[in-house]
Amino acid sequence: MTSTHAPPEEVRILVPSGMLGGGFPAGTVERGLALGADVIAVDGGSTDSGPHYLGSATAKTSAAAVARDLRSLLRASATAGIPLVIGSCGTGGTDAGVDWVAGIVEGILREEDLALTVARIYSEQDAADLVAELDAGRIHPLAPQGPLDAATLESCTHIVGMMGAEPIMAALQAGADVVLAGRATDTAVIAAVPLMRGMPAGPTWHAAKIVECGGQCTTDPRSGGVFATIDAGGFTIEPLDPAVACTPTSVAAHMLYETVDPFQMREPAGTLQVREATYRALDERRVRVEGSRFEPAEQHTIKLEGARISGYATMSFSAIRDPDILGSIEDWAALLEQVLGARVRQTLGISPPEYEIDLRLYGYDAVLESIDPATGPPREVGVMLLVHAADQATATSVAKIANPLMLHLPTKDMAYLPSLAFAYSPAETERGPSYEFALHHVVDVDSPTGMFRTHLPEGASR
Amino acid sequence: MTAEHLPTLGELALEVRSKNAGPFWVTMELFMRDAEGYALVADEEFLDEDVVARLYDLDPADILFFRIPELNVVKVSFPRPVAQGSLRDRDVHAGQHHVPLAALVPGRN
Repeated sequence: MTSTHAPPEEVRILVPSGMLGGGFPAGTVERGLALGADVIAVDGGSTDSGPHYLGSATAKTSAAAVARDLRSLLRASATAGIPLVIGSCGTGGTDAGVDWVAGIVEGILREEDLALTVARIYSEQDAADLVAELDAGRIHPLAPQGPLDAATLESCTHIVGMMGAEPIMAALQAGADVVLAGRATDTAVIAAVPLMRGMPAGPTWHAAKIVECGGQCTTDPRSGGVFATIDAGGFTIEPLDPAVACTPTSVAAHMLYETVDPFQMREPAGTLQVREATYRALDERRVRVEGSRFEPAEQHTIKLEGARISGYATMSFSAIRDPDILGSIEDWAALLEQVLGARVRQTLGISPPEYEIDLRLYGYDAVLESIDPATGPPREVGVMLLVHAADQATATSVAKIANPLMLHLPTKDMAYLPSLAFAYSPAETERGPSYEFALHHVVDVDSPTGMFRTHLPEGASR
Repeated sequence: MTAEHLPTLGELALEVRSKNAGPFWVTMELFMRDAEGYALVADEEFLDEDVVARLYDLDPADILFFRIPELNVVKVSFPRPVAQGSLRDRDVHAGQHHVPLAALVPGRN
């Protein structure tokens, strides 16, 4: 290779934060535009906060917080004439999540008098279609999950397919200025524009992984946005906050974050390999990364996520400060479970697994239980009772039967009835349906866009 | 005379952290301060699958180890023992599960 070529073409990406609705400091977007951003990309969702958001198709973020970020990003997109790509809309990436974000976007475009073409890409999947794929042998489990059955697919309240960059690229090529994607890989949102403009896959996917959590790859994870410049030979990364730095260590370490394997990462179209990647400081706050590779897969696969209702929960919370009870807190908890079980049998005529309880001793061992390395009597303990049953009424009935015990249960050798400290009244809180993740599988597809449905307004060019 | 205080991994490291890696895995990292600290935790005689299995009540065959000298990091991943968000999940983000690892004392365990 010679060094006499003209400077390679670059694609510059502005990532204002790790999550839409997470907020970013004033000046973040302006600095990104001044650096010559070609696209603004931000992730709108995750499974990290649990199955509730996918299962119920509701967002973790507030509409006000999403609108605050969107107003700034939509203005920037219109002013600079660059696309805005948002993935996993509404936390779970359900169709309702896409429509929720789209509704907020429409309101802002109207208020700000901005003329931007908005594409919605829906990623929700019909269980019956997936059962057909399952029967055809095209759905495979990911470790540590086992094989799937049709009943599991049919039990989900919502199933989404996780798109790669292709549906986003197609929407942009069809004339979209703003792409609101359903469930997408965190990286696809960032990779779409550089791939579309011919940047090499290795540096593109690696850069996308590094910047997907915003400031996490900098020396100050709370700082907000980052800026990546991808070219034919690699990529360069810098924070958008001038007071913050990227160092080779802060950048390389981000491959560790929330990944099982820090050296390779599967995308729908193939696998990113970074074992050979090098990280070099260009100056005090910019890092150059080279040597990342992308191995295209023989079979394009789409990962499925699905959540279903596992039951209904009711919570009660009391607290203990009396050292006499705290001195034998495990015996007290065992006695509560024993007396409660007997009282529920007596009054409701049911036994586990017709209902289940989880009695948590916060301040003692609630978080780590048997693997907690610490010992010793606590100063005070919060007693959380979670009751789980097939319906809400049963869960609440069990919690109400527990109420006098959470208030007055003595230890075995106490000659009087203590009164414990309920944290609020009424003591029982109905938590509604509880969800669980039911899928961790991939489906083989013939087309990377086939499982996704793109809606563009009439009149958008194709 | 009191017994000599031997530092824990939490005291020796820059950071010890744990987090979900998707809904079905937990991953933990030991960020050590320098090559000397790294050598301590990368030593299989001190820290391996069996030690983590004992600390976390796991099957050693399920545990993945990554030793990364360039970053002075040892990373450990394993399937989530309790399904995320289920009745008995008491750490939805698995963000407090580094504590047993951080409490290890080199030279004692």
